[in-house]
Amino acid sequence: MNNLVVSPTALAFAIVLVLIAFGINLHEKIGLEKDMLIGVLRAVIQLTVVGYVLTYIIRVDRVWLTGLMVAIIIFNAAMNARKRANGIPHAFRISLLAITAATLTTIALLVVAGAVRFTPSQIVPISGMIASNAMVAVGLAYRSMNTSFHDQRQGVLERLALGASLKQASVHIVRESIRTGMAPTIDSAKTVGIVSLPGMMSGLIFAGVDPTKAIMYQIMVTFMLLAATSIASVIACYQAYPQFYNEDMQLN
Amino acid sequence: MSDIFTLKDVGYAPGGKVILANINLTIAAGAYLTISGPSGSGKSTLLRLLATLLTPTSGMIMYQNEPQTAISKPAYRREVSYCFQQPSLFGETVQDNLEFPFTLRDEPFAKDRALAALTEVDLAESMLTKPITELSGGEKQRVALIRNLLFTPKVLLLDEITTGLDAETKNTVHELIRRKQQSGVTVIAVTHDESEIAAADTLLTIKAGRLEDSHE
Repeated sequence: MNNLVVSPTALAFAIVLVLIAFGINLHEKIGLEKDMLIGVLRAVIQLTVVGYVLTYIIRVDRVWLTGLMVAIIIFNAAMNARKRANGIPHAFRISLLAITAATLTTIALLVVAGAVRFTPSQIVPISGMIASNAMVAVGLAYRSMNTSFHDQRQGVLERLALGASLKQASVHIVRESIRTGMAPTIDSAKTVGIVSLPGMMSGLIFAGVDPTKAIMYQIMVTFMLLAATSIASVIACYQAYPQFYNEDMQLN
Repeated sequence: MSDIFTLKDVGYAPGGKVILANINLTIAAGAYLTISGPSGSGKSTLLRLLATLLTPTSGMIMYQNEPQTAISKPAYRREVSYCFQQPSLFGETVQDNLEFPFTLRDEPFAKDRALAALTEVDLAESMLTKPITELSGGEKQRVALIRNLLFTPKVLLLDEITTGLDAETKNTVHELIRRKQQSGVTVIAVTHDESEIAAADTLLTIKAGRLEDSHE
């Protein structure tokens, strides 16, 4: 199982890969050097810190500490999703609700079904996977909603003028936004194994687990992410659309 | 005849920019009223205030002797129906548009009523299944108008809906509006069209956000 070792020296050599990207960037005048540098530094620091934190959490194995770690993951995911909201009021509260519901419901079902055990070594990584996919789904849904309310303003106004409730005036936009939020998960579910060999499965195979077992896990992850992104997109979209109107049922 | 609208010192000045000021007006139920004036004078704003698509920043609008704000917006807007100058149609076909008023009211789509409405504005019954992308400007405007009229409103607010229509289509639309008014619908139309102004009972003129004298 432990035949996978990346030594610090090997990691240092991997910096060459970063330098290649950096060189291309400079040569082509793409202008992402600063972002790339920040990205690399943040990845190294964040992953190092989280590595130590995870080691500690797994070692002490306390329910409250596992819960705290999950809460931090969800909080960060909600903060990040809010950035995609582009001014939608209460976007943080909405994102937090959507991502929390998606993560907790999915984990609860997996634990009840016996697919995962409530131990930090399983709960924390799975929460991270769910919350990050939910975060991307919510962010995409927000962006789609902003664009649609902007582009279809006239149509929404006309529905309101005909006497539509806010839901009746917006339901077509809400549906489109949910579709957009879920699209990457559905696409990756369709192409898993033929285009991408996802991180979890690859990681397990890398670490020496029998590929058939790794695949069982990947199937579970695919199902889990489908559920999580649907729950998160639906909650976020239904909570977000009323924010586009004022109390007189007019478009802001 | 009772009054359907009473406007008391109505003004609209979002962010301090005055668009309408001190509008005092009474409109009788069943009236045919046209509003004209230079562009940018606030005509459409007045219509949108009556439609509750905008809220006055000062003054009060009474509808059937009740403050406009006291009535639920969807119920009010189904009675006081606003037609846009350049309407956009929904969905894919004409039927999607004519179904919408039924969907709003949780009622099954009455195809015969939709077909009769199409005939009333000189559109063929086969138009029902036509994709909206294949309609001309005049056809779109007429579909939008009957979308407002499938459930007869108490008030019809028309925002320059005949602008850009050919003479024949304009005539068909005017006749339909006139019939609706004669059956009791109050019609308030923003227009520059001479024949529409001539057909109306009252002409209001708005200049720079203020009401000029009205002419019977």
